[in-house]
Amino acid sequence: MSLFLQNLVNALQWGSFYALIALGYSMVYSILMLFNFAHGDIFMVGAYIGVGVAAVLLAASAEGALALPPWAILVLTILLAMVLTSFVGMLVERIGYRPLRGAPRASAAITGLMIGIILETGNLALLGAQRIRFPSLIDTTVYEVAGVFITNTKIIIVVVALLLAAGMHFFVHKTKWGLAMRAMAFDYVAVPLMGVSVNGIAALTFALGSALAAAAGILYALAYPVLDPYMGIVFGWKAFVAAILGGRVSVMGATLAGFLLGFIEIFVAMIFPSTLRDLIAYSIVLLILIVRPHGFFGEPYSARLRL
Amino acid sequence: MDVRRTMRGFSQVPLLGWLVAAFISVVIEIQWGTPLAQALGLPKIPVLFGVVLALKQPHLLPGAVVYLLLVYGLPIALIARLGAGIANQAAGALLRLPLWVSAAVHLGLFYAALELWSGLSDYRDLVLRFTLIAVMVTLSLNVINGYMGEFSCSHPGFMAVGAYAASVLSVDLFTKHRVFGEALLPPALGPFLFPLVLIIAGLVAAVSALVVAIPSFRTRGDYLAIISLAFMFIIKSLIENLEIVGGARGLGGQPDWAGLSTVFLWTVACVWAINNFVRSTLGKALNAVRDNETAATAMTVDTRYTKIVGFLFAAFWAGVAGGLFAHVLRYVNPGTFGIQKLAEVLAMVYFGGLNSVYGSIVGAVGISLLGEALRPLEIFKWIIIPLLLILVMIYRPTGLVAFKEFDPKAVLRPKNGPERERDALPRG
Repeated sequence: MSLFLQNLVNALQWGSFYALIALGYSMVYSILMLFNFAHGDIFMVGAYIGVGVAAVLLAASAEGALALPPWAILVLTILLAMVLTSFVGMLVERIGYRPLRGAPRASAAITGLMIGIILETGNLALLGAQRIRFPSLIDTTVYEVAGVFITNTKIIIVVVALLLAAGMHFFVHKTKWGLAMRAMAFDYVAVPLMGVSVNGIAALTFALGSALAAAAGILYALAYPVLDPYMGIVFGWKAFVAAILGGRVSVMGATLAGFLLGFIEIFVAMIFPSTLRDLIAYSIVLLILIVRPHGFFGEPYSARLRL
Repeated sequence: MDVRRTMRGFSQVPLLGWLVAAFISVVIEIQWGTPLAQALGLPKIPVLFGVVLALKQPHLLPGAVVYLLLVYGLPIALIARLGAGIANQAAGALLRLPLWVSAAVHLGLFYAALELWSGLSDYRDLVLRFTLIAVMVTLSLNVINGYMGEFSCSHPGFMAVGAYAASVLSVDLFTKHRVFGEALLPPALGPFLFPLVLIIAGLVAAVSALVVAIPSFRTRGDYLAIISLAFMFIIKSLIENLEIVGGARGLGGQPDWAGLSTVFLWTVACVWAINNFVRSTLGKALNAVRDNETAATAMTVDTRYTKIVGFLFAAFWAGVAGGLFAHVLRYVNPGTFGIQKLAEVLAMVYFGGLNSVYGSIVGAVGISLLGEALRPLEIFKWIIIPLLLILVMIYRPTGLVAFKEFDPKAVLRPKNGPERERDALPRG
């Protein structure tokens, strides 16, 4: 029982990363009908930007320029990295996707893939092959509840992920910008006629998605501090699976599918040898899609798309 | 000199003329290549048209350019231009015979030129064989992604299945192996049964493709992309967990049967089969399913049959290509058939052009050669190639040579006289 609960906690943490990355995928996918294959690498870029921001903040507080407690540095790091990474996201949209607005969707998927490779290689060329450690901003405390070990990092990760997902839900459903985004997902052609800037909304979508990916990157770095330029590939593709699995309808769908994928992976690794993790996890995904070919919340061939 | 007239002169050279000229220039390189290279101060003959040299040792570049002009540029231009008349007559005479005779003569010449060219260096030989295999893989993926209009990510999986099936068969049956034990059949038979091994590998890959093809009845586009992606991950993970084929460590010791001639023949067979397939009624049905499935059904196209044949056919050739790949490298490893391979194959298909046999050939050869040429740049290679692809996508979103039909007769015909003369030639 305690093993089950322990894995549940781990799965929540693992699913948080997937959920946050899948949200960005899902937003771009819902609104622009594009696969943003560069998104996994934006997650990586976010983590690296986080390292930079944290290093600057730590240096500043060591010199006494800023008197900040560690938790404030963490919050500031997450916020600043989210802002900076959202610019990277907008840049990616401007270079790789906007010129391809009228092109076949697969072509845009290829540019995304290529931008991803450029981001990985660019990182490798700039920083070298040596792996970078994320500074430990907060001391790990372990709590034991009913035989289950919970660290404060795990709590932070899950809480921040849920808060961000809820914030995104709020943004999409309660603000004017969110209304414009939902309108664009609903009808791509009519939206410009209503005076909404398609390019502006596209840039906003990429910015928000990238900000979430950056948050995921820093949270990931809190749990697994060693970063490498290729860390985004596996996460990106798996979150892509989660985003599509969730269906093209809601913020909640992508979030839930992200957590579900995390649960499947962790529990498969609990029951079977861990080398079988991908095999069984993807077989389950395959089965789900055979039974529900349009994801959990998707509607078959529907023109009616909601975010 | 009137440039336009000169160009028109060259446009009258038939394929036969170019092939003969290429063959002769290769002979020139064999005869006088090494002394010429020494005279120009080059350490050895420029192996891959000097492109590697250009980045590694730029000071040798002028010598390499002169070498290329003397060995390839001038002879090819002169022979092609001056021999155009004879070549046109010969091509016309060949075309009056059955088409396969003409095709065989052209391919024979092409192969002879390639064989001699690659005989000068092992590096050329290896690059050439991998390029030909890349052509097969790209073409077979184009059947699904271009002609059928799905976004399939499963091709590395099909290749892996084919590679492992072929490797297990050839290692198990014809060689002594520490896991599989003694050879079951005399090794001398091996090279003769190798085509059978490859066909079985292709069939196994085709059967595995059912996993992707059957869900494609109910779902399309994005969800199918996920299914195919999941399939690729499953295959990779499955092989990593199969200890009998070496698991993640890979499987080595394949016999050296995939020489240039074998790979060339299989590539020709692949191009021929796929080109005939996409130009057949069934191939047009693939296009119909892509453009509008409902309309296709209304026009009595059996969409399920069409999809399943499309998938299985493409997977078969991917499997054969995988089998050849394993025997060229003589080692396979599940890590080879991952996301990286997927990105590479997708890049080749979309760079070259969708829905086009020419496009696949251009894409596969282009990206392969570019990859080799930019090797001295090390990791910057992986910035330049993606940038190039982004530019191609922005300015030609469907690829360089998309939607172009490959008609062997039009390729092989003589080029003298106006276009309409093509109709005057005897058919058949």
